[in-house]
Amino acid sequence: MTVKTAVAGLVLVLLCGCETVQPWERGLLAKKDMQWTPNIMDARLRSQIYASKEASSGGAGAAGGGCGCN
Amino acid sequence: MMKHVLIAVCLFLPLQLQAAAVVGEMAPELSLPAVVGEETISLSSLRGKVVYVDFWAAWCGPCRVSFPQLQQLRDDLGERGFEVLAISVDEQVADARAFLEEVPVTYPVVHDGKGLTPAAYGVLGMPTGYLIDRDGVVRDVHQGYRKSDGEKLRAKIVTLLGEEK
Repeated sequence: MTVKTAVAGLVLVLLCGCETVQPWERGLLAKKDMQWTPNIMDARLRSQIYASKEASSGGAGAAGGGCGCN
Repeated sequence: MMKHVLIAVCLFLPLQLQAAAVVGEMAPELSLPAVVGEETISLSSLRGKVVYVDFWAAWCGPCRVSFPQLQQLRDDLGERGFEVLAISVDEQVADARAFLEEVPVTYPVVHDGKGLTPAAYGVLGMPTGYLIDRDGVVRDVHQGYRKSDGEKLRAKIVTLLGEEK
């Protein structure tokens, strides 16, 4: 009981430590160095080629094929 | 046990809540230093004018689209009592200055690197604009910015300019 209370209390305290990144604080996230891919056009081209080559197994999406919907 | 948890939740909940500028209510007062120069500009000093308070940042793409359009609106409607007050939320004021050198404007641009003003206004995205009437009441909130937004904004401003004080 006391352990449960302590854990619940600890979780609550830790949750309060969670901070949402506010819209005006996204300056660093918006930097080029922080992007998933260094070149967005290049990444799109690669994913296009990958999708067409691997289409029979569903490409980069869900596994599928056969129904003609992928 | 449950009671304790509920009490704890109630105690911590207010930390997550934020005040916000609401349509139909007075706009929160702000007083901030200019990005260029020593001047401090407050919203109340613009009372009597229709003001578009524009929260922006140098890293924000749509803000770059909005600046020339807001400048045009101010050029066209400034004499009738329209003003833009742009608030840079960049952490470094140098970023805002570099942006303004690329996209120069003549309306006042102030800086809030601590994010207190956008928090007080409850800004949900960049850019966000608040259209404030001659009495200091928020009349419209504009989130994001597209090229076609300029004309819609103009219509709203003209309506507010036509209202008797």
